[in-house]
Amino acid sequence: MSYLELLQLVSPEATLTVTALTVLAVGLTSSGQVSSRGSSVPAASSACTVIAALGLLVSVFAVLHLPPDAMRFNGMLVISPLTSLFKIICLTLAFFAVLLGHDEESLARNRGEYLAILLLATIGLMLLVSSEELLMIFIGLELTGLSLYLMTAFDKTDARSAEAGLKYFLFGSTASAFTLFGLSLVYGMSGSTSLTAIAQNLASGPIQPLLAAGIVMTLVGLAFKVAAAPFHLWAPDAYQGAPTTSAAFIASGSKVAAFFVLGKIVLIGFGPLAGSAAWHAMVSGWAPLLAALAALSILVGNFVALVQTNLRRLLAYSAVAHAGYTLLGLVAGGRDGFGATLFYTTIYAFTLVGAFGVVAAVRRDTGGDDLTNFTGLSSRSPLLAGCMAIFMLSLAGLPPLAGFFGKFYLFSAAFRSGNNHGLLWLVALALFGSLVSLYYYLIVLKVIFTAKFSTDAPAPGLSFIQGLSLSMLALAVLVLGITPGPFITRIMSALPA
Amino acid sequence: MIAWTIYLTFAGALLALLLPGLFSRWFALLTTVAGLAVSIAAFCRATGFGAFETIINVPWVPALGMNYHLAVDGISLTLCLVTGLTAVSAVLFSWDTQERPNEFFFWLLLVVAGSYGVFLSADLFLFFVFYELVIVPKYFLILIWGSTNKEYGAMKLTLYSFFGGALVFIGILAAYIAAGQGGIAASLDLQQLSHFSFSPQLQEWAFPILFLGFAILAGMWPLHTWAPTGHVAAPTAGSMLLAGIVMKLGAYGALRVAMNLFPQGFQMWRNWIALFAVIGIVYAAAVALRQRDLKFVIGYSSVSHMGFILLGLATANALGVSGAVLQMFSHGVIGALLFAVAGRMIYPRTHTRDLEALSKMDLARVLPFAAFTFVIASAASMGIPGFSGFAAEITILIGTWKAYPLAVWITGAGMVLVAAFTLRALKKSFFEMPSAMPGGMTSVSSPILDPLPPITLPEKLGASLLMFATLAIGLYPKVLLDRIMPAVESMRFLHPGN
Repeated sequence: MSYLELLQLVSPEATLTVTALTVLAVGLTSSGQVSSRGSSVPAASSACTVIAALGLLVSVFAVLHLPPDAMRFNGMLVISPLTSLFKIICLTLAFFAVLLGHDEESLARNRGEYLAILLLATIGLMLLVSSEELLMIFIGLELTGLSLYLMTAFDKTDARSAEAGLKYFLFGSTASAFTLFGLSLVYGMSGSTSLTAIAQNLASGPIQPLLAAGIVMTLVGLAFKVAAAPFHLWAPDAYQGAPTTSAAFIASGSKVAAFFVLGKIVLIGFGPLAGSAAWHAMVSGWAPLLAALAALSILVGNFVALVQTNLRRLLAYSAVAHAGYTLLGLVAGGRDGFGATLFYTTIYAFTLVGAFGVVAAVRRDTGGDDLTNFTGLSSRSPLLAGCMAIFMLSLAGLPPLAGFFGKFYLFSAAFRSGNNHGLLWLVALALFGSLVSLYYYLIVLKVIFTAKFSTDAPAPGLSFIQGLSLSMLALAVLVLGITPGPFITRIMSALPA
Repeated sequence: MIAWTIYLTFAGALLALLLPGLFSRWFALLTTVAGLAVSIAAFCRATGFGAFETIINVPWVPALGMNYHLAVDGISLTLCLVTGLTAVSAVLFSWDTQERPNEFFFWLLLVVAGSYGVFLSADLFLFFVFYELVIVPKYFLILIWGSTNKEYGAMKLTLYSFFGGALVFIGILAAYIAAGQGGIAASLDLQQLSHFSFSPQLQEWAFPILFLGFAILAGMWPLHTWAPTGHVAAPTAGSMLLAGIVMKLGAYGALRVAMNLFPQGFQMWRNWIALFAVIGIVYAAAVALRQRDLKFVIGYSSVSHMGFILLGLATANALGVSGAVLQMFSHGVIGALLFAVAGRMIYPRTHTRDLEALSKMDLARVLPFAAFTFVIASAASMGIPGFSGFAAEITILIGTWKAYPLAVWITGAGMVLVAAFTLRALKKSFFEMPSAMPGGMTSVSSPILDPLPPITLPEKLGASLLMFATLAIGLYPKVLLDRIMPAVESMRFLHPGN
């Protein structure tokens, strides 16, 4: 197989690499210049944004022109309709993150470097999505992780950003170490690093202790990535302290890819060792483990979010809760469960990008993102208030928005899978969590829609691009809620039987 | 044809949001009148009321067996009619809303559109979408335009509604999964599911969960406490819609979904339903007797009247259930009228709803039209013959006598309590004779020195519409019963052999 052929198969990643280097170079030509408040950013800085956005679009094009099915290097590079779909989703999320943060103050000085790191993180996500082999998965995790640590700590003027970055880095490195150790144990017990080969080699008899340790450690590392309790402690600080664009990207793109990879590993790689999480018929395996993580995440995430006064921290804890709901789909297993997981995490990611876009706009104009900064937003900017209402209500799971359908799909898959309604306890817990979460999402909307803003702050200066992006995201959430059919069919048809 | 009620109202809601403030109320009125006209037209024209007749059935998400399936029968027609009536009067009674009228009418029309959708759905998922759709508009209506304790009332109402919805969700999932494993392709379709026999073990636990979820919204004791708080906190149009329509969504869901899908489960649990219904009737009436706030009296009377509906449903015979549906119509109109008088005719003028304060104002002399309306509404609420309340309650009681004779005795006592609190409220608010002050001063007939603003034309129109409706059905209930009874008689739980 020639290098040209290989290049064709990795054309999306290659395009992004070239874009990243270009953005870096262009950014270097204007390093050191600082834009003054309110006036336009230096030309080179906006050139970087344009180049990055274009590069992402070209990369989407490249994905669309990939061959429909290919596999290289024993599973390191897998191209299938499902992976192509999710590469496009990750690229789109990065695209929106770039657009919504294109005039972010804290990143103005070194925008070229920032965007380059963001693009490298996106490459990491794409590598994650297209691999079914342990080593490549680890490389993807590391590339994404290291880029995200840098993006989190990027704002050198804010102590919070440094604290968030440090916490994320320390936590993440430990989790990576766990993951690597776990993967090596799995390799040792199964004799191969390819997921399909592992599944074949693992006897479906009783799990040997070393293998169990390997599985647990792998899942610990991945649970950190999706911010499932009790491995979620990095999330509140990262979401609150990082620059808004970074937080948006962590909350969306990283989550989607992490769930995708987690699903691949447990459903393909550890498939025979699933066990069962049914209430009266628990069998040991990874399913009860994920069920326990899901239950803990739902409880911790929702109850701690109740007392938050900062919107970004609230979104972080709600992210923990949503990770719990999404894990439900993996516990359910099978095509339905995995399809529901993918659907839910996708719509969740788009909702969060939009929510962080609104937060960025409010932060830019009022200087903070506590709940009190949002008072009377509906009178200052109906567009921002309306979009935020759509995002919050979708997260709460109310029709006719996408979140409602996603939850219905997830819970019905979970309900159906356990024999004799074994997973009813988890579904009931998730519904209870949704009820609790409705309270704090409504509090956010209450703050936004009541109470006129008292001081005479100017209306948020929303640039046209940002307004358009937010409207498109809100519209997407609404449309996916009313007609989820096409997207679901696309996912289900891409899943192997 | 009748599906246009849904589409028109949604379109009207969007237009009301986008148009400038002054026109939004006209558009809202136009939309609700159009909805009412369509309901009346469908009501008069339709022939076969027995079967649940499909209007439209297109695939929606084929992978999950969800269809966009609307169907109608006599029960749906009746409830769409009462939705139309209440919606028109609600808009008329909100004619003078000054603050943010666009958003107000947007949320109001969303509630109405969602209600139409619930009454016409024949697919479980579609039903659930419309059922949950109504929750958020209620929250905003109360939060922004409400009065007493609005933040607490709004949140309590919303959380209770969502909790009920969660229970309904579990029940729907149970039916969906069981039918899917039993081989039905479109396993969310109400018509197909109502012919499917679920296992008795499933019905034994799924029915109470499903029914409880609906009963929370219907205000069944002891999970009714959200209703008085929420109704008092809501603005007038909000209370009218909440008591008039939204509580009926719960009762309709109990009838159409819970009792029809799980008839054996219903037979197992109906004694409990009857028990709680009767307790609710008597308890709510007793509590209403002690209230100081006029709107709280009416709120508790709503809970009491909903108890009648639940009792009628529990009887499991055609008369009782038809009476329950008739009571859904009747109380929709009467409850709306009561809240309209208290919330719109009295409160904005006197700035108080406290019965003691009102009793000093001699309102019968100052607001004669309001007094007249309140007398009619009270008479209807007490169940005086000639008004729709009597027709509905007598039908329910005859049906109950066949099933639970003891319940009829207790309910009779409850009806005495209903008369007591209604007359107390009527007397104190309008007809208390102001006594002479000590020391020989002549009594001040009204502590408000300026004359009260007269009842406006929109208020008169709205009140007249509702009064006409309750009187017409009271004098000639056959119009509704002819359509309701065939539909009820074709329901599965009445034929236990199926």
